[in-house]
Amino acid sequence: MAKSKPRVKAPKKASKGDIVTIKTLISHIMETGLRKNKKTGKIIPRRIINKFQAKFEGTEIFSVDLDPAISANPFFQFSMKAEKSGEFEFIWTDDNGEVYSKKSKLTVS
Amino acid sequence: MKDLSRREVLALGSTAAAAALFINPLTAHAETDLAKDLMKKFTGGKAATAGKIKLEMPEIAENGNTVPLSFTVESPMTKKDYVKRVIIIAGGNPRPEVATFNFSHLSGVAKASSRMRLAKTQNVIAVAELSDGSFHMAKTEVKVTIGGCGG
Repeated sequence: MAKSKPRVKAPKKASKGDIVTIKTLISHIMETGLRKNKKTGKIIPRRIINKFQAKFEGTEIFSVDLDPAISANPFFQFSMKAEKSGEFEFIWTDDNGEVYSKKSKLTVS
Repeated sequence: MKDLSRREVLALGSTAAAAALFINPLTAHAETDLAKDLMKKFTGGKAATAGKIKLEMPEIAENGNTVPLSFTVESPMTKKDYVKRVIIIAGGNPRPEVATFNFSHLSGVAKASSRMRLAKTQNVIAVAELSDGSFHMAKTEVKVTIGGCGG
């Protein structure tokens, strides 16, 4: 599988008190663990992103516990109330232990 | 009025049979045990009242591999009064759990979107847990043309 590439669309600027919308997507197969290899009849082992976290200045604003029913290339859209300038950090955790992350700065005026 | 010919009678019969086939999946509305168990686990046995949460999904999903999902919970989202968690349950899938969304008062609004898999036509349920300990639910039926858990 190709390396998982996280993509984030978050605003760079906001006015204080605004509710900003953030969109994230990561390329990932999200193998359910229920499919069988057609040739061998063996079950393909589960491999999904099992946790997604969105932090702002180190505090968690939103997170998701994922189960195999989330589609491949998990997409999330969510919001945050902009109170101060700071940095977002988005973290995806893979079943195999790998962690992917991405950061984005927000300036609040 | 003339009597119905044999051909016409047969045609009527098959139409009725086809209609029955279409109605059947709709009458199979009761939640599956899997979904009920998961809901009980989430609420700790408490009853979830309908309302406050709105679940938006397409009525017909052609491809069950990626079905858009979006929900909104009515809440001021302050430190004292906010939405803690929202669970999405698909009782007709081999495994009913879809995802649990965890919010905080920093979220601003309790609203999120994602994409999910659906194995077949079924009811999708969303249950929200509020900071005051109450539970609210919404459900919507999605008709699936091609299931999304094929192997």
